[in-house]
Amino acid sequence: MSAKPAHAPARMGDPGSGLKLFAIAYLIFIYGPVLFLPLFSFNDSIFVAFPLKSFTTKWYEQAFADEKMIGALISSLQVGGIVAVVSTVLGMFGAKAVTRYQIPGQGLITATIMLPLFIPEIILGISLLILINSVGISLSLITVTIGHIMLCTPFAMAVLSSRLHGFDRSLEEASMDLGETPWMTFWRVTFPLAAPGIVSSLLLTFIVSFDEFLLSFFLAGQEPTLPVYIWSQLRFPNKLPSVLALGALILIASCVLVVVAEWVRQLGTSEQKVGV
Amino acid sequence: MADNIIRIEKVTKQFAGGAKAVDDAQFNVERGEFFSLLGPSGCGKTTLLRMIAGFEFPTAGEIYIDNQPSALIPAYQRPTNMVFQSYAIFPHLNVFDNIAYGLRKSGLSGGELKRRVNEALGMIKLDGFGARRGDQLSGGQRQRVALARALVKRPKVLLLDEPLGALDKKLREEMQIELRQLQKSVGITFVFVTHDQEEALSMSDRIAVMVKGKVLQIAPPQELYEAPGNVEVASFIGSINLIDVTVKSVGAGEAVLDGAGFGQLRARAIDDLKAGEKLVAAVRPEKLALVSSRPGSGSFVEGTVKASAYLGDRSHYHVFVKGRTTPIYVAAQNAERALTGGFDTTKSVYVTWDWQSLILLRR
Repeated sequence: MSAKPAHAPARMGDPGSGLKLFAIAYLIFIYGPVLFLPLFSFNDSIFVAFPLKSFTTKWYEQAFADEKMIGALISSLQVGGIVAVVSTVLGMFGAKAVTRYQIPGQGLITATIMLPLFIPEIILGISLLILINSVGISLSLITVTIGHIMLCTPFAMAVLSSRLHGFDRSLEEASMDLGETPWMTFWRVTFPLAAPGIVSSLLLTFIVSFDEFLLSFFLAGQEPTLPVYIWSQLRFPNKLPSVLALGALILIASCVLVVVAEWVRQLGTSEQKVGV
Repeated sequence: MADNIIRIEKVTKQFAGGAKAVDDAQFNVERGEFFSLLGPSGCGKTTLLRMIAGFEFPTAGEIYIDNQPSALIPAYQRPTNMVFQSYAIFPHLNVFDNIAYGLRKSGLSGGELKRRVNEALGMIKLDGFGARRGDQLSGGQRQRVALARALVKRPKVLLLDEPLGALDKKLREEMQIELRQLQKSVGITFVFVTHDQEEALSMSDRIAVMVKGKVLQIAPPQELYEAPGNVEVASFIGSINLIDVTVKSVGAGEAVLDGAGFGQLRARAIDDLKAGEKLVAAVRPEKLALVSSRPGSGSFVEGTVKASAYLGDRSHYHVFVKGRTTPIYVAAQNAERALTGGFDTTKSVYVTWDWQSLILLRR
């Protein structure tokens, strides 16, 4: 490179220390605040402020001793798990319908399924609340789950239809041609080939549900999900550090999930090239 | 009556948009036959094949497979198997499991399954390839695996949807011969879809020519080429010169015609010819010869060479004949070795032919 210093900047050059600076500033802006979470969760003070006091793990002990908080965590995990499975199954039906069949009014159907992505959650939350009240169902984790399924199904469908679009539909025809019923064709061909998409759909919908505040806030009743519980505890300063501790743990878990999801997705795309 | 494995009875397929992909198709395929559906892309041949396979269902008519009315039976219950254009090798399975796919469904397992799959691998000359994945195979090998996967089910009919289209020319020619030999040795009826007329001519027992959803003619290759049933088939298969003619008189097996620019012509009579009838006389370019001096007798016409192309084994000429707007196309074998030659474009040449090579066709 150094042999041709005159040409080097034009080709690779230094696309700018400016850009580099921007990237670093951006990363700090995005992740800086998040990193305060683990930092202060080890700080021996109920006040979330500098300067830091001594190191402690007592907030973690306190978090695990807080039955209500653990209850809310378990509620969130349960809701998230059910929502992930149900919305992925529904998303699969939808994705298969729009990618494999010619349905009249297909565009409208797809738009209707995708619509919850674009409706402000607060509107969704209020309208669901009105509906559920007028039908006379009492608010519980079940109503939260229903709301989340509505919100998550479009995510699942988006992920799965791009996956199903990607593979040669004659693969399914070949299976039926070789004597398999449509049902077994789904399990022997479609499912294994869509598996990376299914895994990322499960992870994505789980995270969306786990994370969701507004709908849960409207629909939760007496059993809060974790975000709703955390929000309700912000009024009590002495509870804040244990919220930070739990938050730090969830942060780590989310990072692991996202990395796994991305890894599975890439595994899928590299394998995909074989299929077609 | 011939032993027909497939009977297509007045089959029509109309798609939602209104276009008829297949229009009133009617023909039989004999047991053990190599039958081709030949036509340009979009002519409905693949739709027809997919209806035989059970992936599409006719809007009218019936399809009998081995005497069973099958038009509405789904693909997985039919005694047919298909080789797909894309081969559709399951990417999540290795070669062995691809070939074993249909056999496992039939309840085969263990030693018998292994024996059948290995036998199939032997048949396609891919012994020892069982553990390979689809992406480790070449195009030709994938095509063979698709073939083995379908044949190992011992179908009553094997359906092939342009299976050689994706291969390069040399491999394609090899596979044509191999496929034909394989078909003879297994004795299974093949229904083969292609748009490549040479491929159809060289492999088939009989060919159905389809254009715009209609089956125009069904005949053995030689008959299709030498005795096309109508102008459309004649111009689709190979190249041909068409001459508008009027019948002057009809004799014993022979007709005398008046052709634009050709004067009086002789041709073999066809059924129900009447004097004054307007027809088309067709003649293949290779049935014509060019000479520079006026022949003493026989059929010939005078013209000038407008363009010529030297192709090594043969030369192509466009000969302009007075009274015609389109040139006469002549394909001459270069039977004698010559370093120079060709025809002077300023002088008259004579296109000659044996009068019996004229084909009379009705529009």
